[in-house]
Amino acid sequence: MLAYLGIISRISANHGDITSAERIILPGVGHFQHGMEQLEQLGFIDLLKKEVIENKKPILGICLGMQLLTKHSEEGNVAGLGFVDAQTKKFELQDASLKVPHMGWNTVEFKKDSLINTGVSMNPRYYFVHSYFVDCANQDDILCTTHFGQDFVSGFQHQNIFGLQFHPEKSHKFGMDLLANFCKI
Amino acid sequence: MALQPRIIPVLLLHKGGLYKTKQFKNPSYVGDPINAVRIFNEKEVDELFILDIDCSKENNEPNYTLIEEIVSEGFMPVGYGGGISSLLIAQRVFQLGVEKVILNTALENNQQLLADIAANYGAQAVVASIDYKKGFIAGTKAYFTNGCKRSRLTPQELAQIAEKVGAGELILNAIDREGTYQGFDINLLQQIVSSVQIPVVVSGGANTIADFDAAKQAGASGMAAGSMFVYQRPHNAVLISYPSNYFYP
Repeated sequence: MLAYLGIISRISANHGDITSAERIILPGVGHFQHGMEQLEQLGFIDLLKKEVIENKKPILGICLGMQLLTKHSEEGNVAGLGFVDAQTKKFELQDASLKVPHMGWNTVEFKKDSLINTGVSMNPRYYFVHSYFVDCANQDDILCTTHFGQDFVSGFQHQNIFGLQFHPEKSHKFGMDLLANFCKI
Repeated sequence: MALQPRIIPVLLLHKGGLYKTKQFKNPSYVGDPINAVRIFNEKEVDELFILDIDCSKENNEPNYTLIEEIVSEGFMPVGYGGGISSLLIAQRVFQLGVEKVILNTALENNQQLLADIAANYGAQAVVASIDYKKGFIAGTKAYFTNGCKRSRLTPQELAQIAEKVGAGELILNAIDREGTYQGFDINLLQQIVSSVQIPVVVSGGANTIADFDAAKQAGASGMAAGSMFVYQRPHNAVLISYPSNYFYP
């Protein structure tokens, strides 16, 4: 999708690439603990702190990538990067007809105007696959919420730090709007 | 409220082209798969299933180049089936950007593979295809290897096993109905939905939009269709269509 948008991107585990990049996307599918261990092994934790917190480089966490930006996850009970004051929690749904993972298309309600959701298409829907969700400590950080048995934070933005629980790259023009916006920030 | 069910076009790959079968037989050429994916992408489909019908029969590995091309043309989730016979092969397919792998033959000969893929990528990435048809004497049985090999198990039994060994989703694939436009097998769908916890996608026989409503009513998490989306009747001329935003008005 980035290539389609004419944006040059590189999948990289190279420190030099992260330092020279204008923006960072932190994707991720899988287990939280495994994700943090990978970041640690690659020496990315300090690197990301420097680029994102000190240098204010825009970062977009997608799915597990969003969760890794939080302080802590119930998945593996481990600390995250902690760039956003939020917790990652497991869905505990009362309604037995709702199946976890929350998988499929769902809608969002935008809670604020941010650079990433400027001029998005009407009636957007996005593709979700996740069993854990993000709970923000500061209401001001919430970009959008989604309902699945309960309302949860499906997107956050804190200064230069963005997170989306759904997959914009798998969500047609609705996701493309957001990625295109992020790449202009 | 539960999520809206997904309406999923199924594209069959055969000799590198896009084909359509009837009751798993007589593949007829539909066109270029990349072109079809482009059209489905414009129609904003909920999800795509790509099944290579040669791999398990001929013991081939997936056509990685073609899968990569398909995935890079579409901005929707993609499930791929055909030739997923090891974790290494599944890994390669996931690396190409596929969300889910669809397994059938492994249900017969390598159930551990489903567990292994689920442990590495999560159960939601593992879809078991329960292919079945009715025999005159044997009754309704599950089939393996693209409908070639009859199992002793009923589809209900195989569905239970698939869930137990790690599948996060099932495709209930009625071989007798495939390409026949006689509607989904709602009866069996209901039975399976009430006997497993995981989402169930119904496949085989889709004819009209009313079939999707019936499947939704019966508890399907998705409805897959091939002929309905690649042919225009009465003469089965190739014409790609899709009911965009049907459940999202």
